[in-house]
Amino acid sequence: MTDNDPSVAEPNDSSNAGGPETDTETNSNEKAYWSENIRLLWTLMAIWFVVSFGAGILFRDFLDQFSLGGYPLGFWFAQQGSIYVFVLLIFYYTWKMKKIERKYDLDD
Amino acid sequence: MDTQTLIYIFVGLSFSLYIGIAIWSRAGSTKEFYVAGGGVNPVVNGMATAADWMSAASFISMAGIIAFSGYDGSVYLMGWTGGYVMLALLLAPYLRKFGQFTVPDFIGTRYYSKTARVVAVICLIFISFTYIAGQMRGVGIVFSRFLDVPITMGVIIGMAIVFFYAVLGGMKGITYTQVAQYCVLIFAYMVPAFFISFLVTGNPIPQLGLGSTVNDGSGLYVLQKLDLVLQDMGFGAYTDGSKSMIDVFCITAALMVGTAGLPHVIVRFFTVPKASDARKSAGWALIFIALLYTTAPAVGAFARINFIETVDQTEYAKAPAWFKNWESNDLIAWTDKNGDGKMEYRSGNAFAGSPEFTGETGASGERLIANTVNPDSENEVYVDRDIMVLANPEIANLPGWVIALVAAGGLAAALSTAAGLLLVISSSISHDLLKSTFRPQITEKGELLAARIAATAAIIVAGYLGIYPPGWVAQVVAFAFGLAAASLFPAIFMGIFSKSMNKEGAIAGMVSGLVFTFSYIAYFKLIAPDANVAANWLLGISPEGIGVIGMIINFAIAIAVSKMTDSPPVEVRKLIDSIRVPRGAGDAATH
Repeated sequence: MTDNDPSVAEPNDSSNAGGPETDTETNSNEKAYWSENIRLLWTLMAIWFVVSFGAGILFRDFLDQFSLGGYPLGFWFAQQGSIYVFVLLIFYYTWKMKKIERKYDLDD
Repeated sequence: MDTQTLIYIFVGLSFSLYIGIAIWSRAGSTKEFYVAGGGVNPVVNGMATAADWMSAASFISMAGIIAFSGYDGSVYLMGWTGGYVMLALLLAPYLRKFGQFTVPDFIGTRYYSKTARVVAVICLIFISFTYIAGQMRGVGIVFSRFLDVPITMGVIIGMAIVFFYAVLGGMKGITYTQVAQYCVLIFAYMVPAFFISFLVTGNPIPQLGLGSTVNDGSGLYVLQKLDLVLQDMGFGAYTDGSKSMIDVFCITAALMVGTAGLPHVIVRFFTVPKASDARKSAGWALIFIALLYTTAPAVGAFARINFIETVDQTEYAKAPAWFKNWESNDLIAWTDKNGDGKMEYRSGNAFAGSPEFTGETGASGERLIANTVNPDSENEVYVDRDIMVLANPEIANLPGWVIALVAAGGLAAALSTAAGLLLVISSSISHDLLKSTFRPQITEKGELLAARIAATAAIIVAGYLGIYPPGWVAQVVAFAFGLAAASLFPAIFMGIFSKSMNKEGAIAGMVSGLVFTFSYIAYFKLIAPDANVAANWLLGISPEGIGVIGMIINFAIAIAVSKMTDSPPVEVRKLIDSIRVPRGAGDAATH
């Protein structure tokens, strides 16, 4: 969501505040994994926002000048297109995360 | 064979299937009762999630709402699917890695606090009960129209079926019956949609049909024709909405975030073997849901065209049988304002409120009503939007077995959602309140028994609400989403993505989000319904969309309070580290 305070989602935020960490090597590996995950999350959530709230609501009137078959384009995004993109986003994330997890040897 | 016999056969067969599965998949342990043993295949779980998710509202009401509100219906289409992206990306894999049984489990452990757990249970019960009453009502409507039994009897039959597989089988029984219910409901939704799309446009795929030209030689596209016809009759264009942009934005957001915060949906992701399976499962769930959700706008548009063509300017005496059937179920009414014996369908209300029939019949044989006629509109027809999907096969003159299929599908949709909701209510009572808070010494057997008793009690309350719906239930069902968005979602989200969020912040956030959203809805829906107009709304946001503001308040208060209080202990930060990496989820599920 756009209205979340970005500092909340910041992974490293105060994580070292409470006492010494024991296993620093695993830790830096996990941190790198986590920040790569966060970057991917922000990118995909941005697409999620653009196809639904953007194309389907905020810029609908503009997009409605164009059409896709008998659908005005903005209306198509609101009632069809956004849903197709949602499905693709989840499967892309699933596939990409599996790769990232293997890279850091953290897969389940 | 006549339609009535076919309906009895279809509904009877589907019910025996559910009961058979329930007997086959009885739960033997609390783990099987709460999370189906934690070993459900992600695709199977996706299908069960889809059935769990798609309620009587999705199956019966949504296409009707879209049919009568055009573009404005998009809030449900985007809102009820976009939430799955948030679930898959932001919540499900981490909650699965955490690996316990309920949503309050996560909140109670992550915020190291029994108070936080109890607050989460209160939010959960509140959300789930407002949602479930509508399901039992849906069961009642389908029974009364198609099986010719009174609504009360219909609700009792529905309760008995749900009792059987939810109480015996727990999550295990529910999962496998939901798979069967998904198959029944999606087949029942798609078959008439193919037929109707083919009849109206010549293209049997509804998603393509809605973008094609109408099959009447005019060369107009479906949406063009709807816009023209509706504007002729005094309505707004179908592809234009009547809601303001900010309201459409906020309602969509509230439904999306609410979807991601609904406990009965989240808990389904506790049943798969691994954290990565939770992501995969959410993807499959959305595919199964998208099949119905991309079909619904087509069904809605075709239904509106067919409705106008068969009703407007038709003499009542020659009205089709379905019109009179639904009229006798109180969901359609006609009042002959100009005395010409023909039904005029125009914009505006035909009369004030929902029809109150006098019991007498008028000159054309119609049921007379006692309501005050609205003199400002030429419209003579009242139609309840909920009937569109159920009446569609009859309106399009489809064969009897399609009508029977739709009856079985509507029941599958309502029963599967009711069962999922009952399960989260009962497990939050037996697991979160008894086992984890008030009676930690309870045995495994005792907890399982308590879960079954709680499920039974919840079914009785839900049935009561279905038979005697208090005026506010129907109004409030849609608000379960706003409440979930404003209370549970922020607490779970920050529990995963922030290491500094502490118990004081989370509790203050949940309470303020819930109280604000509930008060706003209660004020406009219960206390001062007359004031419920855009001019009085905060920033022009209707009660349906206010959950988004509640969510922002929740986040803001939680962050402010957490800055002023102690940061969470080291063990909690270790817990967060461990849920963020997928490795090792298998072990975490054992208590």
